[in-house]
Amino acid sequence: MSRRLILTGNDAAAEAMRQIDPDVVAAFPITPQTELMHKFAEHVADGEVKAELVLVESEHSAMSATVGAAAAGARSMTATSANGLALMWEIVYIAASYRLPIVMPVVNRALSGPINIHCDHSDTMGCRDTGWIQLYSENAQEVYDNVIQAIRIAESPEVLLPVMVTFDGFIISHTAEVLEALEDDPVRNWIGEYKPKYTLLDTDNPMTFGPLDLQDYYFEHKRQQMEAMRAAPATVKKIGKLYGEMSGRPYDLIEGYQLEDAELAVVALGSTCGTAKVVIDELRAKGTKAGLLKIRCFRPFPEAEIAAALKGAKAIAVLDRSVSFGAPGGPVHKEIKAALFGSGSSAGLVNYIYGLGGRDISMEHIHEAFADLETVAGEGTPADAIRFLGLRE
Amino acid sequence: MSEAIENARTFLRPSKKLPTVWCGGCGLGILMSAMTRALARLGVEKNDVAVVSGIGCTGRLPTYVDFNTLHTTHGRGLAFATGVKLARPKLTVIAAMGDGDALAIGGNHFIHACRRNIDMTAIVANNHIYGMTGGQYSPTTPHGKRGTTAPYGNVEHDFDVAALAAGAGATFVARSSVYHAQELDRLIEKAVLHKGFSVVEAVSNCYTSYGRLNKHASPVDMLRWMKENSVPVGKAETMEPWELEGKFTRGVIVERELPEFIEAYDDLAERLTTSPSAVERVKSILKSFDETAERLNAKAE
Repeated sequence: MSRRLILTGNDAAAEAMRQIDPDVVAAFPITPQTELMHKFAEHVADGEVKAELVLVESEHSAMSATVGAAAAGARSMTATSANGLALMWEIVYIAASYRLPIVMPVVNRALSGPINIHCDHSDTMGCRDTGWIQLYSENAQEVYDNVIQAIRIAESPEVLLPVMVTFDGFIISHTAEVLEALEDDPVRNWIGEYKPKYTLLDTDNPMTFGPLDLQDYYFEHKRQQMEAMRAAPATVKKIGKLYGEMSGRPYDLIEGYQLEDAELAVVALGSTCGTAKVVIDELRAKGTKAGLLKIRCFRPFPEAEIAAALKGAKAIAVLDRSVSFGAPGGPVHKEIKAALFGSGSSAGLVNYIYGLGGRDISMEHIHEAFADLETVAGEGTPADAIRFLGLRE
Repeated sequence: MSEAIENARTFLRPSKKLPTVWCGGCGLGILMSAMTRALARLGVEKNDVAVVSGIGCTGRLPTYVDFNTLHTTHGRGLAFATGVKLARPKLTVIAAMGDGDALAIGGNHFIHACRRNIDMTAIVANNHIYGMTGGQYSPTTPHGKRGTTAPYGNVEHDFDVAALAAGAGATFVARSSVYHAQELDRLIEKAVLHKGFSVVEAVSNCYTSYGRLNKHASPVDMLRWMKENSVPVGKAETMEPWELEGKFTRGVIVERELPEFIEAYDDLAERLTTSPSAVERVKSILKSFDETAERLNAKAE
């Protein structure tokens, strides 16, 4: 059974949260996340959920309260964007290193300055080494589906890591789409009751979280975090398959669109994938073997799956909606390059930085990238491999 | 038109197209013009003033005024302003903040700036809500009033901004409202002249978010509320507590003298570099460092 709803991305996340009914939610307003917590606050005020919602005085406090609640054994959530995520930074690392299965929707927005409230991925890309799992969403449907799956991924005993579900600010968060939502009971049964193995409230086995850990064991604990990340891809795949059995919408780490026989491939994350798919349909109609690789799970980075999926490509364009200043290309580009190294791929590789601070990306821009790829396929990686889409120069 | 008003106009940035981003009827325009009138009356040069803000509707203020301005991150206006004042003590530094900006995310900076008594002015535009993000309840939303995150009324209690500033050690605290525009500019003028940390709370109106949710759907309604529910400080002293319930006081609430931070800092530096006993003490500390270094070097050899 499913319900067809018209929801914005923010409302879709709030709807998933309503069904999850976490024990504790702590939040602070920030554009473009704000409406998500508005909606959830309404569910709380109307008695539709049992969740304790606390509206604290900053994002630093929001993440701290969420960590405290999670350590006490509560299923805990928060949500934020950009500068809010940056302000949480200190506790973002703490959440992962305490191995607390917190789920946090992050509505992607440019990290200032100058001040900008529109979409790019600089906020979550900055968090790529924090130890959080990151799922990027293409549309409101995926926001809803990813938030629900994130609970089970995070709480899987072999993983026990926090999960960020990201979606593009305004483009997804503020536009309404038709999506299919599940009924409440199947969702609640599917995620089950949260039974933490270690909690502060287990008075028979008193616990401490995060005590001083110096030269003696700190390194081993980091190794264990790496091990949890290493286990995560199999869990993300398994949960994606199980979710598909319940909802009819299976999920994987990555998604290929017309990719099997593609010679020219574009790699992207988030809402841009939808635009790319339409461009690919147009190119395919004209006989061009174009395809898309969408990365849903950016952390952990599914290196082997990506190398296998891009095996047949002669030319690849990686679209990055953020800059890694001083680095050889955007964050996605660097990782794709690393994944292809030693994989036997001889594809030419080009990086396109686009859409910073909400600059629109149109079908023409993606056509432009594919047109470049025709040349790259013949001549290999060009000298100017870091390019821009939609930039005035 | 008075000269002060004429001069105040020159403090608006000519490159900026008006009207402002603020909703028609918002009190922030009244506050901004009160601030520019006060500065015009003081006869300041544009380049001798720095206006710093954080995030929110009030955070937009530095965009419109033609001084040295800094638009920073949420809650940090005072922290940036402190840096500006330390680097350029001669500047007149004003931090303009909203209630959420100054008292929630930036609350820590606020109380410590009050305690430190550094010579600058904090203007807190208190509209009782997070206006820009859409009406979430803030640290000054009164108990029982509605916000979009408190659709059935706020269960928390609000800060009394002036009492908080006074308790934290501010040496000048005043309050008025955007209805009392002329009183407001006189209080801002006094605050800027005061040597030490000064706070002016400007009770403002967000009819778009706060008013709409709390039966004050028009700006005029909210201004009328300020007129009818505020009492001058002197008169309040003659009134019973029950008569003051639900009302706010206007005027200078705290005015006292304490050593100002930069002056105290300079005094200390002066003392340490000129007083013979202090100079001897510093020399002996430096000597002990040298001796320790020598001993360690000898040991290493």
